[in-house]
Amino acid sequence: MADIVAPAYRTIPIIPALIPGAMEGKGPFVASEKINEAIGFPGQLVEDWHDKAIAKMGELLNKYRSFRVFMDACVHCGACTDKCHYFIGTQDPKNMPVARQDLMRSVYRRYFTIPGKLFPKLVGARDLTREVLDEWFNYYHQCSECRRCSVFCPYGIDTAEITMAAREILDSIGYGQKYSNEIIGKVHKIGNNLGLPGPALNDTLEGLEEDVKDATGIDIRFPIDVKGAEVLLVTPSADFFAEPHIESLIGYAKVFHATGTSWTLSSLASEAGNFGMFIGNYDQLRKIALRIREAALELGVKRIVVGECGHAWRVAYSFWNTLSGVGGGAGEVDRFAQMLQKQLDHRYKQPTHICEFTWDMIERKALTFDKSKNDKHIITFHDSCNVARGSRMGDLPGGQFEIPRNIIKAVANNFVEMAPNTTREQTFCCGGGGGVLTDDLLELRVKGALPRMEVLKQSVDEHGVNFMATICAICKAQFTKVLPIYGFDRKMVGGVHQLVSNSIELGQK
Amino acid sequence: MASIVFAILFYLATLLFVVGLLYRIGTYARTPAPLKIPTTPAPTTTGGVVLRMTREVVFFESLFKSNLWIWGLGMMFHASLALVVVRHLRYFTEPVWTWVAIAQPFGMYAGITMLLGLLGLWGRRLFVERIRYISTPSDHLMLLLLIGIAASGLMMKFVAHTDVIAVKGYFLGLMHFNVQVLPSDLLLVVHLSMVVALLVVFPFSKLLHAPGVFFSPTRNQKDNPREARHLSAWAAKLESEKN
Repeated sequence: MADIVAPAYRTIPIIPALIPGAMEGKGPFVASEKINEAIGFPGQLVEDWHDKAIAKMGELLNKYRSFRVFMDACVHCGACTDKCHYFIGTQDPKNMPVARQDLMRSVYRRYFTIPGKLFPKLVGARDLTREVLDEWFNYYHQCSECRRCSVFCPYGIDTAEITMAAREILDSIGYGQKYSNEIIGKVHKIGNNLGLPGPALNDTLEGLEEDVKDATGIDIRFPIDVKGAEVLLVTPSADFFAEPHIESLIGYAKVFHATGTSWTLSSLASEAGNFGMFIGNYDQLRKIALRIREAALELGVKRIVVGECGHAWRVAYSFWNTLSGVGGGAGEVDRFAQMLQKQLDHRYKQPTHICEFTWDMIERKALTFDKSKNDKHIITFHDSCNVARGSRMGDLPGGQFEIPRNIIKAVANNFVEMAPNTTREQTFCCGGGGGVLTDDLLELRVKGALPRMEVLKQSVDEHGVNFMATICAICKAQFTKVLPIYGFDRKMVGGVHQLVSNSIELGQK
Repeated sequence: MASIVFAILFYLATLLFVVGLLYRIGTYARTPAPLKIPTTPAPTTTGGVVLRMTREVVFFESLFKSNLWIWGLGMMFHASLALVVVRHLRYFTEPVWTWVAIAQPFGMYAGITMLLGLLGLWGRRLFVERIRYISTPSDHLMLLLLIGIAASGLMMKFVAHTDVIAVKGYFLGLMHFNVQVLPSDLLLVVHLSMVVALLVVFPFSKLLHAPGVFFSPTRNQKDNPREARHLSAWAAKLESEKN
C-alpha cells in the first residue's frame, strides 16, 4: 500500500479528461473454490460459462423490472458521465456510469435484441467473450452501488442494479469476488461479518462495561441474548471492536441507559450488515436478513433498532419487510409476516434507526446534554450513500438528512455543512462501499475518495473542521484508512453517537 | 406507384410500431419489481409519485439537476417535437380541431427550434470527449434521422412547397383504407421515408426511453416499505417453500 498516493486535488473541480485503461486489471481478488462453495456457488469458472451466463442474464431480465427497463431505456445522453466518484478519481472512462452499464448493455443487445443480433457493430453490441467477462469482473467491482448516478439520470437508471446483476451472473458461473463472498460465508458460519464468535463477543461486551464504568463511574450495561427485552439492537459487527465504531456503540448504550430502555443485542443477529445486497443475490440477501427475524422471535422483543451502518439501514428500511417481515402492514392472510408483526409494537416504526430513536428521545426531553463537552470539535456531516439515496428516517422524505444533523446540533455547538452539491441526495460515496472495502482494491478506494476529500479540505481550510461525523461502519473504516493518505488525521472521522456519547448527561436523573 | 408503396409502408410501419411498442410495454409491466428501490428522498404517496413522474416527464427534473446544457438542448428538442406533432395533426383531421389550428404557427417555428436542439445535441456527441466516448454509430444515426426529418419538413415549408392539400387527402384516405394520389415531390418522399424508418426503429431501439421511464422503479415506487409489505410473486414462493 505504501506506493499508493492520493491523487492531486483539482483546483477548480472540473470534469477530468479521460484516461482509457487507467483502471484495467485493477479489480479485486477472485474468490477461491472453498469460499465460493461454502455459500453454494460453483467453486471456479465453469466450463460452459458462456451459455450459463447468458441464461442467467435472461433469468434476471425476467425477475427484475429494474434490470430489464434499464437495459433498454438509456439514450447515452451523458447526464451521468461526470457523476461517479470512481470516474472522477481514476479518469478511466469505463468508470463513467453509462460506460459501466454498457459493458453489460452491449451483451444484452447482442443476445436479447433484434438489432443487436442483426447489426451488432451499428448498435454497439458485443459477443460475450472471455475478455468481456474479465472486464465485467474488473469494472463491476469498481462500483460501490452508491446510486449517485441514479439521482441525475432522466430515466432513473440505477447503475447499482446493473452492478448487482453483473455480480449475480459472475457468482453463478464461479467467478465471484473474494472479499464479499468470504464475508457472507462468515455470517452464515459464525454469525457476523468479522467472524467474531459468541464467547469472544461476550468477553468484548464485558470488557466494554468495565471500560465505560472506569470512564464514567456509572454501570452502563451491554446486554446480549436477554429474552423479553423491549429493544433488539442490530448493529454492524465493526461496532464491537473497531475504532472509531465502538465509540458509537457506547453512545447507543448510554442513550438506552439514560432513557431507561430495556434492550439487548443478539449473538444470532450480531451483524446488521448484509453483503447479500452487494452481490445482488436475493437468496443470500434473504437468508442473511432472516437471522434478524429469527432472533426477534426468539427473544420476543417489541422493537428492532438498527445501529450506524449505511447499507444495513438500506436493507433494513427498504428490504426487511419484504424479506423477513420486519416491518408493518402485512395482510391478514400473510402468516409469515404476521407471526412477527403481531409481536412488534407498532406505535413505533419497525425497524427504527438508532438516530430516529435518539432524536425521538431528545424531542421528548428524555435526554440532556452538556454540549460544551464537544466544543473541541468543529463538526461536519458526511451523508452516507445508502442512507441518503436508499432509505428514509422519520415521517418526511429527507428525514434521513435532517435527523442526524438535528442530533449533532443538539449535542454539540459547532456544526458546519460541506459544499451543497456534495451532501444530502448528492453526497459522494466514501469510496469504500458496496463490497470494495478490501486492501486488494486500495488504489480504487483512495482515488474514489477524492471528491469527498476535496470538499473536506475546503471545509477544513475555511471553517477549521476537525471532525467528520457519519453513520456508516464502512464510511468509518474507509476514512480511517484513507484520511492519512490525504494528509488528515485518521481520528477526524467518527460516529454521530460518538458525539452523543461525549456530551450525554447520565446518572443523577 | 409511390402512392401504393407508401400506403403499404405506412400500414406495416404503423402495425410494427403499435404491436412492437405494446409488446415492449407488456414485458415491462409483466416483469416484477421484487424490492423497493425508489431513489430517495422519494414521495410517500401515490399522488406524490404522480407529481414526481410528471416533473420528470414534462420538465426532465433529474436532467436539470445534472447538466444544464443537455437539459436545455433536450428540452428544446422534445418540446419542439411535441408542437410539431400537434401541428401535423391537421393532416389527419377534417375539420381541423380548434386547438390544433391555434397551435399551427407555433408548430412552424418549433420545426426550427427542433432542428437547432438536435444539432446542439449532435454537437455535444461529436465534440464533448465523454459523450463521444459513449456514443455508438446508432446514436449518431438516430440524430441524423431526426435531423433529416426536421430539415426535409422545413424545406417543404420554406423552400419548395409541396401540395399539402393532396398530402392531407392522401393521409385521410389511408385512415379509411382508401389510397389516394400522393404528390411525387422528392422532399416529400424523403421526409415520409424517414418517418417510416423512425416508426419501425422505435420499438427496437433506445427510443424505448419514452415508455421506459414510466416503468422505472427508482422513479415510480412509493417510499413506504415500513408501512406496507411489498412482495413479488416469485419472492412469495420462497416463503411457502419453508417457514
